[in-house]
Amino acid sequence: MLQLIADGFVIGSVIALGAIGVTLVYSILRFANFAHGELLTWGAYLAWTALLGFAAVWGPMEPLGPFSFGWTLLASLGVAAIATAALALLVDLLLFRQLRRHGSAITLIMASFGAALVLRNLLQFIFGAVPEYYSREIQVAIRLVPRDVLGGLRITPDQLFVLGLTAVSVVGLHLFLTRTTLGKAMRATSINPQLAQVTGIDVDRVVRATWIIGAVLAAVAGVFSGLTVQLRPQLGLDLLLPLFAAAILGGIGSVYGAVAGGLIVGLAESLSVPIVGAEYRAATAFIVLIAILLIRPTGLFGERP
Amino acid sequence: MPDLLGLLSYGTFFLVFVTIYGLVVLGLNLQWGFTGLFNVGVAGFVAIGAYTSALLTAPDYPNQIGGLGLPIPLGWLGAMATSGLAAFIVGVAALRLRHDYLAITTFGIAVTLQLVALNAQGLTGGPFGLQFIPKPFADIIADNLAWNLTYLAMAATLLGLSYAALERLVRSPWGRVLRAIREDETAAESLGKRAFRFRLQAFVIGCMLMGLGGALYAHFVGYIAPEDFLPILTFQLWTMLIVGGSGNNRGAILGAVVVWALWTLSGNVLRELVPAEHQARAATLQVVLIGLLLMLILLVRPRGLLGEEAIVSRHMKDSAGELQEE
Repeated sequence: MLQLIADGFVIGSVIALGAIGVTLVYSILRFANFAHGELLTWGAYLAWTALLGFAAVWGPMEPLGPFSFGWTLLASLGVAAIATAALALLVDLLLFRQLRRHGSAITLIMASFGAALVLRNLLQFIFGAVPEYYSREIQVAIRLVPRDVLGGLRITPDQLFVLGLTAVSVVGLHLFLTRTTLGKAMRATSINPQLAQVTGIDVDRVVRATWIIGAVLAAVAGVFSGLTVQLRPQLGLDLLLPLFAAAILGGIGSVYGAVAGGLIVGLAESLSVPIVGAEYRAATAFIVLIAILLIRPTGLFGERP
Repeated sequence: MPDLLGLLSYGTFFLVFVTIYGLVVLGLNLQWGFTGLFNVGVAGFVAIGAYTSALLTAPDYPNQIGGLGLPIPLGWLGAMATSGLAAFIVGVAALRLRHDYLAITTFGIAVTLQLVALNAQGLTGGPFGLQFIPKPFADIIADNLAWNLTYLAMAATLLGLSYAALERLVRSPWGRVLRAIREDETAAESLGKRAFRFRLQAFVIGCMLMGLGGALYAHFVGYIAPEDFLPILTFQLWTMLIVGGSGNNRGAILGAVVVWALWTLSGNVLRELVPAEHQARAATLQVVLIGLLLMLILLVRPRGLLGEEAIVSRHMKDSAGELQEE
């Protein structure tokens, strides 16, 4: 039982970081971005590429303390975050920006659906379909709770790292959105775009910031998923439904809602495994989604349906 | 003349697929083109139809539910019924809300159905799928080409009937209400039209056509597996509608012809050019090409090849003609 909850929090962290991007894009650019999952995949593979590059220059990675990875993975994470943000801005420049000028909101969703397929297949063309790993080091899981208390709890140092860095990212984002001018401008644009523009907020700048934050968090989530599971071209596609479920569960536009939603969806997935079996795990997110749409379509913390 | 025969055989095969896709795209056009409903789970609704018809008509499967051996037309009707029922459930949950929610929910049902198809071995046969799906008239017509031509005639008849019915529907007052809701829901509601109810009707009818398309596919190929209904299918169908021109039934069918021709052509070219060991990788480029085509159409010519007719009512057409003459 405890073990399932801990696993749920680890998956939930990945979902939460991805869902923040979905909810930000949805509330500021006003469309459901089906290509967001691909930002996770690209982030994960870009970090893997950077890692190979570092290994070529400085030799193989030395594990850092109890972790399965060394400092080069942290550096690769940084590189991937920047590169993924650049990718998101490029897609926006070539596609979404043009459609925002002429098309309707729904054309944007369709374009994002097309962009997702192009990005995924391009990635599979470049990297191939074989699963990859950041590190093949074997980790000893730490026993936190003995076996006789609620089934016990073991956790690997990598999983603790994921939980820790997720918490740091969320707190950082919170400070950004509440303390900086740009963060406040983003919140204002999300609540009322016309009023925001009238008061002199540079909407283009807000849009850029939205893509950068969403993409950086997506890259982090992608690397986490690669670190705790494996790297696959379908990584982002498989996470897309949980991301949407988490964003809607939390309430569209609410960053804290997305975090709470991500953790809840992660927990639900993990706890459903003994009941329905691991193969139907992904369907749990769908059940959560249908339930929230029927009971409370505004989500836990949202106002707009 | 073996070459001519080969060409005829290939052409028939190609046209059967175009007809089946055309039927599904007509359903999609009713949902998106006329009502503005964004369905991202088309492959899921096609799969429901295919599996239903297979389970109803196939001979008894060992260790598995289904295989009732019913007549094929009953299978097709069953396919439409189950796809329609699934659409009803999804529609009730999502159609009251903003359009994005329908997109996300239909995406969810396609993902979930894919999981069921892969894992519920007792019902769907798991990754190996369902085999021995009966082919209509296969016991009377032995020759392969003659059978393909017969099937083409049957599928084309169904496509023609659906086209005629949809043309009548969208030109009727009912169809005009759909477009009114799409353009301005508040205005339509203020005239006493219940937007939710009309949307639900259009969504269910569209999905029934998708289910019928799936059943036609199953009985033509005789074998279905989960990998036949991946998101790429949804994407191909959407590209057909957008390229052909959404909001135009002839455009929907034209799009099916054009995109399927481009798809098979690019597939053949890649097979010719790329050595066998790299073909799986090259196949991803095919998807990239079609994706770029879709985005290009959205950016450059959002109306598609044949755009929507602005005036569909015959009453309005007369007065529009007079206006132009003046």
